[in-house]
Amino acid sequence: MEFERKMLTVYIMGEAYEVPEGSTILMAIEYAGFQVKRGVGCREGFCGACATVYREKGDYKLKGGLACQTVVTDGMAIAQIPSVPAEKPIYNIAELEANENTFKELFPTVFRCVACNTCTKACPQDIKVMDYVQALKRGDIARAADLSFDCIRCGLCALRCPAEIVQYNAAILARRLYARYLAPKSHEVDIRIEEIEKGKFDTEIEEMKAMPRDILSEKYYKREIKVD
Amino acid sequence: MYPDYMMESIHNVERTRPKRLEIARKMGKQVFPAMSESERAEVLNKYHPDYKDEARRVLNIGVNKGEKITTKVADMLESYSRIDPNKIDLSRFDIETDVLVIGAGSAGLSAALVASDYGANVLLVTKLRLGDSNSMMAQGGIQAADQPDDNPSIHYLDVIGGGHFDNKPELVEALVKDAPPAIKWLEELGVMFDKTPTGSMTVAAGGGTSRKRMHSARDYTGAAICRVLRDEVYNRPDKIKYIEYTAIIELILDDKGQAIGAVAYHLENKQYSLIKAKSIIIATGGFGRLHIMDFETTNHYGATADGLVLAYRAGAPLLYMDSVQYHPTGAVFPEQIVGFLCTEKIRGMGAQPVNRNGELFVYPLEPRDVEAASFIRESTDRGMGIKTPSGLVGIWLDSPLIEQLSGEGSIEKALPAMLRQYQRFDIDIRKYPMLVYPTLHYQNGGIDINAKAETNIPGLYVAGEASGGVHGRNRLMGNSQLDIIVFGRRSGRNAAERAVSGVQMGKPTLEHVLKYNKDASILGIDSKKVSPVILPNYIPDHVKAKQLTAQYEGNLI
Repeated sequence: MEFERKMLTVYIMGEAYEVPEGSTILMAIEYAGFQVKRGVGCREGFCGACATVYREKGDYKLKGGLACQTVVTDGMAIAQIPSVPAEKPIYNIAELEANENTFKELFPTVFRCVACNTCTKACPQDIKVMDYVQALKRGDIARAADLSFDCIRCGLCALRCPAEIVQYNAAILARRLYARYLAPKSHEVDIRIEEIEKGKFDTEIEEMKAMPRDILSEKYYKREIKVD
Repeated sequence: MYPDYMMESIHNVERTRPKRLEIARKMGKQVFPAMSESERAEVLNKYHPDYKDEARRVLNIGVNKGEKITTKVADMLESYSRIDPNKIDLSRFDIETDVLVIGAGSAGLSAALVASDYGANVLLVTKLRLGDSNSMMAQGGIQAADQPDDNPSIHYLDVIGGGHFDNKPELVEALVKDAPPAIKWLEELGVMFDKTPTGSMTVAAGGGTSRKRMHSARDYTGAAICRVLRDEVYNRPDKIKYIEYTAIIELILDDKGQAIGAVAYHLENKQYSLIKAKSIIIATGGFGRLHIMDFETTNHYGATADGLVLAYRAGAPLLYMDSVQYHPTGAVFPEQIVGFLCTEKIRGMGAQPVNRNGELFVYPLEPRDVEAASFIRESTDRGMGIKTPSGLVGIWLDSPLIEQLSGEGSIEKALPAMLRQYQRFDIDIRKYPMLVYPTLHYQNGGIDINAKAETNIPGLYVAGEASGGVHGRNRLMGNSQLDIIVFGRRSGRNAAERAVSGVQMGKPTLEHVLKYNKDASILGIDSKKVSPVILPNYIPDHVKAKQLTAQYEGNLI
């Protein structure tokens, strides 16, 4: 199968290799003979381990993408970035307040944003990065949390930012503050925890734990299903 | 985009859609009759990959010797250690800690956090980076019975029925009773669950659940949880240290049989080092990257079941290693995403599985093993699947129905990861169905533990997919995200309490590894076979053939 395919030339860390058309950057690197140890993770676009910069033939632009999600083109030049040496402030979430002062203190660089939109263009998840940075400047934590939700922390935004902002670290703080302090509370969860602590379900569960398999099975197949 | 011949089949799906929509509006989730116990048994026996002759064989080594288990797992266990114990100097340890956590997915991260809450110094060791795990990739949700029409007893019955009544009751009890507190713990740490405007948790149905109890964070549920836990670990540098790109390859015992340390191996500089710990937690996850029965997998690159090997060589028994979970809906087209997970939430939201004529053929929310087996039946014996250009076969998952049932924009809101995944390859799942086939997803069994996450070896704990018994022989959706938090926390607390209360350590030994190597040699096992596997290897054979002096990780594959 592989040999019937058209082969393309790609430049992996500066060196030319022939790889089959249709390969992702990750497949291309493996096809070239590497058992990858850095710059690879979930292989499905969820973990942000495989941030890669690349340039396509005839294009002056330096683009960013995930190696596991980007299909190679003929003449593509590829460099992986397995680690981003970005700053991460240390904080105790229980001692913070959900307002812009927290960001002024922990992420002063956020307020240096010049709204150039380079971060948004760099994001392989198509997140409106600049918009959430601007929301943080206004103290709108809920909006920043919402806009940044799909962030996988690949680091490409921070690498391109002329204001040296570490967007993704600010974003996870926004989401954590939102969930802990700003989101409306679920009373059902608290009520259920109290019931469990008081042993409300213990008798029924103990009965089932001791039940012979056939009786338990009968109970299971007769159980009421309410999922609509 | 789909090629023309596949579009022809899609037109059939479109033609039957209005009728199926009408049924869904009238019948809710019950668009097709659910199977009886005997119908389930029939389809499983005939079509589930676990029931094929070559799926299992007798294991010839260690405490489970004589048991029939998954063939690839038996191969992995019937292997030599990566080291000759005689070359290891046990008189000096490189690092000492109270609690050693092996693996940094959500189970390991939870364990580390709770162990540090209970006063222990923690060392986290992971062979890739913190958070690199299957946990990060979980999409659909986490179960917890916190709604008024639900409760932990109902959850208990769903779990144990879904697991074919093979689950360990004490573990199921712990799972369902710790679930609401786990949700609260996560929310307070800063996990953004989907909620209604009044604060109630948004809940959905999953395969085999009798109530809506699937909590979600869009379709990034696992990532939303795991990245918060990781951020919290980063915030405790004084109490939690971590080492990356380092695999644990053996446990060290003492002359009293306690687990007191581990041998670590750095993936790149190849150095081995010795870690001493008062308690050890294995949170290394499952075996998807062993590609059991040559299936594609949804799993993380590092999912090679290393923890099973460590514990087994040290004498911990394994439970239900004859049972493998194939997720019904893995992508089969386009080829760049073959095997990738299409979350069960898609069916939970009303998408129906249909064949090449656009006909429904199964209740969309059977337990995973039953649903997967019915997809295989439809694609093989019944010949109603759709072939891909690269020779794979699948059935349609009719995602556009979701938009018609719940309104335009509902896919973008609730399934952004799925939408993005297909958009990258020019397929809009709001307009066109997804082609799916079962994919290797989850290790149902694992190391035997009790409700305190303890093994039979003093000082050794296990949490998450590496453990066995919680899910019996089939796990339901949303219960692994729950499992890793519940048993991650339990193991963290118990390991810390043991460590802090003081452990009398005896003389360190690798006798168990020496003996294991000897047993392997008596069996006549090829000396090139070593485990843990650590990483799979996807270099093509014709390239490997020229790499005459190459040393790979993963000698089984």
